[in-house]
Amino acid sequence: MNLQNILSELEQVDGDVYDRLKHVSRRHMFSLFSRKAAAVAAPTVLASALNKAYGQSLDPVVVDVLNFALTLEYLESEFYNVGMDTPNLLTGTPRTVFAQIQKHENAHVNLLKSVLGGQAVEKPRFDYTAKGMFPNPFGNYEVFLTLSQAFEDTGVRAYKGQAPRLINNDPILTTALQIHSVEARHAARVRELRGQKGWITGNMSPGVPSAVYAGDEAIRHLEIPSTIEGVPIENSTEAWDEPLSKEDVLKIVMPFLA
Amino acid sequence: MKKLLHNPKEATRPLSVLPISPVFSGRRMFMRYVGVATATGLVMSSCTDKVLEPLAGPGGGSTAGARAGDIIELGSGDVGVLNYAYALEQAELRFLELVTDHFYAGISEKERQVFIDLRNQEITHREFFRQVLGSQAIPTLTLDYSSVDFNNRDSVLMTAKNFADLATAAYNGAGQLLTNATNLGISGIIVSVEARHAAVIRELISPGSTAFAGDDVIDPTTGLERALKPAEVLPQAQRFIKEVISANNLPTA
Repeated sequence: MNLQNILSELEQVDGDVYDRLKHVSRRHMFSLFSRKAAAVAAPTVLASALNKAYGQSLDPVVVDVLNFALTLEYLESEFYNVGMDTPNLLTGTPRTVFAQIQKHENAHVNLLKSVLGGQAVEKPRFDYTAKGMFPNPFGNYEVFLTLSQAFEDTGVRAYKGQAPRLINNDPILTTALQIHSVEARHAARVRELRGQKGWITGNMSPGVPSAVYAGDEAIRHLEIPSTIEGVPIENSTEAWDEPLSKEDVLKIVMPFLA
Repeated sequence: MKKLLHNPKEATRPLSVLPISPVFSGRRMFMRYVGVATATGLVMSSCTDKVLEPLAGPGGGSTAGARAGDIIELGSGDVGVLNYAYALEQAELRFLELVTDHFYAGISEKERQVFIDLRNQEITHREFFRQVLGSQAIPTLTLDYSSVDFNNRDSVLMTAKNFADLATAAYNGAGQLLTNATNLGISGIIVSVEARHAAVIRELISPGSTAFAGDDVIDPTTGLERALKPAEVLPQAQRFIKEVISANNLPTA
């Protein structure tokens, strides 16, 4: 696949997103986020602290990374908001688990929006069937779980891939890392709900698009191989969660944009 | 403060390999940077002059053990931060080795598998740090887990949970101390695995609950997990370490 084509396609998608969002009323946005009204205060305090630390202007690279992160958080939060509101989809333990995850993803959205202020991208419209790839995502618990795992594990890889770009902004970097590890906890728990190990073995998981785990089997880091006598190769691959580039993440996410 | 050092005798492996922030345009690009870094090798962005003379072992790595009471100087710059991680990995691994050497009575098959996986994964982390630090690695620490009742499931799981939570918070807090993007990338590759461990252990302790990502470690209003500085982390690890870990020269911001 031609990288240049993909990049211009992504620009196209971005442009559409801006246009589309003009149709989203402010009231709708407000009601969406006032759902967790109590949660808004704390992120705002943190965000203003972050802004203070770095003046009013965020570096364009930081804005780019945070808007990328915000897009992923929108994808996750709306997925869980709809899932939790769908009768009979999530009951018992899964409901407990996903309520906690939903709480965090909405908090991440609020936090990133607060940090970005007027520079925050608005929420795109999502198609959780991914153009029909996942029929009935909110009517079938197994499909919902599969998508959740894909979103969480992709989220982990996405934040990881962006962290080095934030190296010159300590408060923002730390905030990103603090979100990153939460996504990893979510991923581990959702994987267990699916009967998978909490860690990623090799580079695949049943039902999840292969792009989500592409390259995750790596066991060489800085030329040091994690091939150790007595340690099965599966465990070596599990020990290292590999990053994904922004482009690779967007390729995974694009089918979910309406 | 940043100093470039070129000293091929100092390390067998490149550390802090890139004095620039690479633009990550893809995984392949990342790997290529690493490749370049390895070829150039041994360009280090850290002040290493304060690192104690390493206890050199075979292959340039310091495999020799320290002795109880010794002061272990982690060092400064990125080297110090990686030694800090190496100390934590050593401590965590030793605990897991003791768990798997003598499982508590009545352990379930699932729990047995989890602990074996954790031990094996932590072996790769420890070995990585040992090799990447080479002659600048701190020695093998003397660890004392006599306070843990390895026959008691609660004692073992609670200690495992505390370690995994602590390691995650430690990596979260250490990222900002690193000056090199490659080192930051590596710590990111490890920290999420520690977070997975924490979630899975917590689920073993409190099944069916929100503990896997509990409000005790993740602020429920911001959704942010703890990020702890070395000064907050080391006292908790020090309880199990017979040497005295000195973080005096670690960067603080």
